[in-house]
Amino acid sequence: MAQYLLSVLADTTDLATAEEMAAIDVFNEQLQAEGHWVFAGGLASPSTATVVDGRDGEAVFTDGPYVESKEFIIGFWIINAPDLDVALRLTAAGSKSCNRRVELRPFLGE
Amino acid sequence: MTDIDEVIIRAHREEWARVVATLARRLGDLDIAEEMAADAFATAVERWPVDGVPPSPGAWLTTTAHRKAIDRIRREARREEKHKEALMLSDTSQPLGAIDDDRLRLVFTCCHPALAMEVRVALTLRMVGGLTVPEIARAFLVQETAMGQRITRAKAKIKAAKIPYGVPLRADLPARITGVLAVLYLIFNEGYLASDPDKEAVRSDLTAEAIRLTRLVRALMPADGEVAGLLALMLLTEARRAARVSASGELVALDEQDHGAWDRELIAEGHALVRARLASGQAPGRYQILAAINAVHTDARDVRDTDWSQVVALYDQLVRLDPSPIVRLNRAIAVAEIDGPQVALAEVDGLPLEGYHAFHATRADLLRRLGRSDESRAAYDRAIGLAGNTAETAYLIRRRDQLARP
Repeated sequence: MAQYLLSVLADTTDLATAEEMAAIDVFNEQLQAEGHWVFAGGLASPSTATVVDGRDGEAVFTDGPYVESKEFIIGFWIINAPDLDVALRLTAAGSKSCNRRVELRPFLGE
Repeated sequence: MTDIDEVIIRAHREEWARVVATLARRLGDLDIAEEMAADAFATAVERWPVDGVPPSPGAWLTTTAHRKAIDRIRREARREEKHKEALMLSDTSQPLGAIDDDRLRLVFTCCHPALAMEVRVALTLRMVGGLTVPEIARAFLVQETAMGQRITRAKAKIKAAKIPYGVPLRADLPARITGVLAVLYLIFNEGYLASDPDKEAVRSDLTAEAIRLTRLVRALMPADGEVAGLLALMLLTEARRAARVSASGELVALDEQDHGAWDRELIAEGHALVRARLASGQAPGRYQILAAINAVHTDARDVRDTDWSQVVALYDQLVRLDPSPIVRLNRAIAVAEIDGPQVALAEVDGLPLEGYHAFHATRADLLRRLGRSDESRAAYDRAIGLAGNTAETAYLIRRRDQLARP
């Protein structure tokens, strides 16, 4: 069993509509019922981010995201799946439920 | 070339995909499978001239590659505990009967939709076709190092993302088949018009391999029109193979081919497939149209009997599906037979195909027919400079040298 990160991509920080939220709930329940669920969450706007560099002496805090980009991650799922074909099917369903593009990326192997 | 060299080359042609596919299933690792297969062939080059050729070269290669893989996994297992698991999965007693399916598994893995199209093609040619990285790089006009990296990255993604090694679920098959067909057709074309000047002009191993794999895919998806179309296209093209290269190793153009040398059995099979598709009443896809064009060509008793208006009509249908410059170039060649070389040349000029030898060869022929010898000669020179295939180069040189001297 492998773990995958499903990053929800968007170019606005608009919250999900009530309809989208309902579809996401259905999808989350499906993930849990079928044993794929690990974790999921929505993220606040990139402008709320702080970049922290604690590598050298006193930590340096920088207001804002580490990279300004047109598209950013507004939420994510972490799932378990036996292989990429299953992960792709689940990601397609997830993308449909939240009505946004989703990047599927594997975690490093066991 | 000694006899033993020939035996090794033949073994490579015939056994490469089997060795890789069998190992990939046993080990669950495409990268190790490829590396150990290559290692086994290198060992054969060393051992066979000394020990003699084993009675079953394929079995010898698979066993040798597998043994090398086990040794390597054992070595690594000392460092990394997890590889013990892989060792336990391997099973040297796998029946040889499962081999054909392994090759198909390999095809579907290499053609996975999570891989970019050019990556699928490169990977399939390397893993299934057994072409070397330089050969693949040449086939796609990219640098050797770039092609090597493309294949390495693909194998890394298959492993990290866990692209499954298997035939997709029936529900996923139609979507997965399109990429597989494109790859098979490219392998066929590489065999039909080998791009390497050091290779035989027609590599029947690759055309036969492409046909064999296409037959397998057709057995899996008997109702798919495009699979049938691609198989018909390959058969009707393959049928003319013997007539296509002269005894002196020169390409013979369609209008000069000895129709008696065509393989009637393959033509009959190809025609039957095309007729069955026409009878289905379903709108044809790209391969079915190309097969129908080849059916018209192989139907003609003589090139003068060719129904060119039918050919142009089919190309019109194809242009609607695929308006690429290469399709328009081929359409123009048929147009020349109906409306003359002047009209065809107007359609050819301006196509963005400067780096494609067939573009210049077509222009050269049209200019020759128009009596514009100097321009024709220049176009032949461009075509000769770009053509990699030995038979094609010989043909182009002869045609150029037949032009009236200035």
